[in-house]
Amino acid sequence: MSGYKEAFKKAFPYTIPVLTGYLFIGIAFGIMYAEKGYSFLWAMLMSLLVYAGSGQYLAVNFFAPGVSFFQVIFMTLMVNVRHIFYGISLLEKFNSMGKKRWYMIFGLTDETYSLLCTTKVPEGVAEDKFLFAISLMDQSYWVLGSAIGALAGTLIPFHSEGIDFAMTALFVVIFVEQWMDRKNRIPEVIGVAAAFICLQIFGADSFVLPTMLFIIMILLVARTRLERKGDAICQ
Amino acid sequence: MPVSAARSLAIILVVAAATFATRVVPFLVFPKGKEIPPLIQYLGKVLTPAVIGMLVVYCLKSTPVLDAPHGLPETIAVAVTAGLHVWKRNNLLSIGVGTVLYMVLIQGVF
Repeated sequence: MSGYKEAFKKAFPYTIPVLTGYLFIGIAFGIMYAEKGYSFLWAMLMSLLVYAGSGQYLAVNFFAPGVSFFQVIFMTLMVNVRHIFYGISLLEKFNSMGKKRWYMIFGLTDETYSLLCTTKVPEGVAEDKFLFAISLMDQSYWVLGSAIGALAGTLIPFHSEGIDFAMTALFVVIFVEQWMDRKNRIPEVIGVAAAFICLQIFGADSFVLPTMLFIIMILLVARTRLERKGDAICQ
Repeated sequence: MPVSAARSLAIILVVAAATFATRVVPFLVFPKGKEIPPLIQYLGKVLTPAVIGMLVVYCLKSTPVLDAPHGLPETIAVAVTAGLHVWKRNNLLSIGVGTVLYMVLIQGVF
């Protein structure tokens, strides 16, 4: 276990934004699930086994008579389809992580993916332990948040409306950090523009898959130009 | 509970399997030890900044732009978060101030 303590200690500050965000969107999930009549143990079980923000929000609707397993599978795949592409950026990192890589793949949420791809591993910690620490802490916040929400959601003493903006702010901050590196700018602009255009065409509920395909298409077309700008963007 | 405990457990397991399936695809296509083609290596590098850009839009997708306050709280909070970050480069400060500002804006101002 040597090195893990140090890895968790060093990784913790990077996960604080996710801590804030996951606690509160986890609480929101717990409340929704509890309203369906499920105890906090069910909420924790789902957050342990599924671990997906928008996926679990959607899944709450599956617990009703008349919803078929085909619908459950189809809708889950649709809401999570963007994740198919995330692993492409992490193949080398995860494939050198031994058995731990299965947990790393399981834990590839939007927030964890962003941290894993953009955080520089600090001096004196092994990369695999550091990345594993980020993933494990992120999920623990999510499980904890959903349990709190299911147990005591209605008792939260302050008005928490809007606290989920922490997630938006996290992505804005990572966006700015990436922007500082000149070679990331064109892909970032492609991502924002493609998402914006597809949002107008396909609407808020179904623009993500077209956006991902659109992004990949443009990135492939622009390959010669972008490769000249240097490599090692997600390193 | 609207459906039985056994069915509830089955639903959770099916959702878990379908979610994991989306995340594991690239690792099945390019398993350990198999050479990753240059095209995929290239995509892996440029995809991250593009996805971050998409996720910013994704987070803001339900902002009602046509109705009052026309996305003004979101615009202000994103601008302050980004501006503060360019200035101080402190993650927690930018995210903390941005989030609290957003909460104040939607709860008290607009």
